[in-house]
Amino acid sequence: MLSKKKALLIAACFLAPHFIGFLIFLLLPVLETFAISLLDWNMITQPKFVGFKNYVYMLTNDIFFRKAMINTVYYTAGSVIIITVTSLVIALMLNHVKKYSTFFRTMYFVPNVSSLVAVALIWGWMYNSDFGLINNILRVIGISDPPGWLTDIRWSMPAVILMSSWTQIGFFTVIFLAGLQNIPRHVYEAAEIDGGRKFRIFFNITLPLLRPTTFFVLIMVVINSFQVFEQSYVLTKGGPAFSTTTAVMYIYYKAFRDQEMGYASALSWGLFLCIFIVTLAQITVQKRWFYYEGRD
Amino acid sequence: MKSQKKSKMIVDGTIYTFLTIGLVFVLLPFIWMLSTSLKQLNETFTTRIKFIPDKIMWSNYLEVWRLLPFGRFFLNSSIVSVTVTVLQLFLCSMAAFAFSRLKWPGRDSVFLLYLAAMMIPGQVILIPNFLMIKLLGGIDTYWGVIVPQLFSVFGTFLLRQFFLTIPAELEEAAIIDGCGYFKIYRSIILPLSKPGLAALGVFAFMFSWNNFLWPLVVLNKEFMFTLPIGILSFQGQFSTNWPLMMAGACQAMLPILIIYAVGQRYFMEGISLTGFANA
Repeated sequence: MLSKKKALLIAACFLAPHFIGFLIFLLLPVLETFAISLLDWNMITQPKFVGFKNYVYMLTNDIFFRKAMINTVYYTAGSVIIITVTSLVIALMLNHVKKYSTFFRTMYFVPNVSSLVAVALIWGWMYNSDFGLINNILRVIGISDPPGWLTDIRWSMPAVILMSSWTQIGFFTVIFLAGLQNIPRHVYEAAEIDGGRKFRIFFNITLPLLRPTTFFVLIMVVINSFQVFEQSYVLTKGGPAFSTTTAVMYIYYKAFRDQEMGYASALSWGLFLCIFIVTLAQITVQKRWFYYEGRD
Repeated sequence: MKSQKKSKMIVDGTIYTFLTIGLVFVLLPFIWMLSTSLKQLNETFTTRIKFIPDKIMWSNYLEVWRLLPFGRFFLNSSIVSVTVTVLQLFLCSMAAFAFSRLKWPGRDSVFLLYLAAMMIPGQVILIPNFLMIKLLGGIDTYWGVIVPQLFSVFGTFLLRQFFLTIPAELEEAAIIDGCGYFKIYRSIILPLSKPGLAALGVFAFMFSWNNFLWPLVVLNKEFMFTLPIGILSFQGQFSTNWPLMMAGACQAMLPILIIYAVGQRYFMEGISLTGFANA
């Protein structure tokens, strides 16, 4: 067998190229962002150390950040509901019919692989209030005054959520479908012998056994949603009246339009912590739920 | 028995109906894109719903190439995505080999660090990476777009999962024959992992082809734009010329749709391999 030292040397040769890049471009930047967040720096004048001033400003004075966070939470809530429910329902249907289910699964996945910018351009055209497909259809079915999807502050965020969900449902359908296929057949067979009714089998067996998958989907959708950027950047540029400006978009504007690198870094870290806490909370809830389940 | 069969048919029928309606929703935007891309401009200014254009305008597709350096966008995207894919396959497979086929002290803790890093949101590392690439003179260069995309943790994880499924006997025999580890990696593990490499290849190419935020940050000059950034500039240039915009979007999407059609089996395998599917 190899000596420890030699084994380490060989492993280092294989790992080093990737690991060095991993350190420089992924791990260290997390800390660098934090370091920059303690500076007042506009890329022109000398950076000035200001301690936690950026964070204080972010939490107490920045109404734009607050609005961007509210928008992000709105977006997240909408996406979670639409994506989870729709992809679960589709997965249940696909799991039931078997025949052609691969075909449907493959087709439903297509929006997910398409370039988000191209997709947003298409939807932008469909949302057009005068000649867009959606309003044309609405007029046909008798709604004479359909909304200006991207120009009305009440409808802009729902429009972004709808488009964005459309691109993601296929992906989460695949995940739910795999979760459903992991439930052993004999569980259902036993329930059917016991004369369980279809909808009771669903609520008492399928849903509880699917819980790990559901939690995974919830966590993924929440993490993704907190980082939403392209969807509204292409569709609405954050407007009208700031109504679809999300947290990441605000960070992007602060850093690359206003050149406020220090403040943008503080925002990044704030959002990072936010995602971290929400994810942690979800995991805690999940564990507790399982714990009570186990005690019954 | 008979009535049971009948009720099953009704249930199945209902489900297929809903699935088909769903399919219409999924495909409608693509069909609308295709339809619009073949229309004349004045045909789009109507409140009537019309899918088949009066006159099929194939020329829209060429017009886009004339008005914008579309060929250049294609070239840029291809250079970036192919390089990222090839180098990711190389770097990630090496790292995955160290994490799966070699035993060394500290392996599991380093791997845990990798897994934890998968949780890092992209926006939190954006600013330092931009500053570093700017400092090194990588703004508006290919390598500036490419390098930060190379060190995929997801890719390492995916290939590690695949390498773990290869039985150990093969390499034990090779070691007894006096094979070096690089030879084992190259002549045993890689050839046996073609489906895993294909899965990562498809993923890497798609991520890179569709990547938006990073190229947006490092590319300012139009002749360096990748396709997503390039077609975004349509919005400004064509404003309400929907046929041209749709013709551009359609062409930008085409390569990835072809790759998906060909490689979708590997794609689905990759999803189940990473344990996404049985979390």
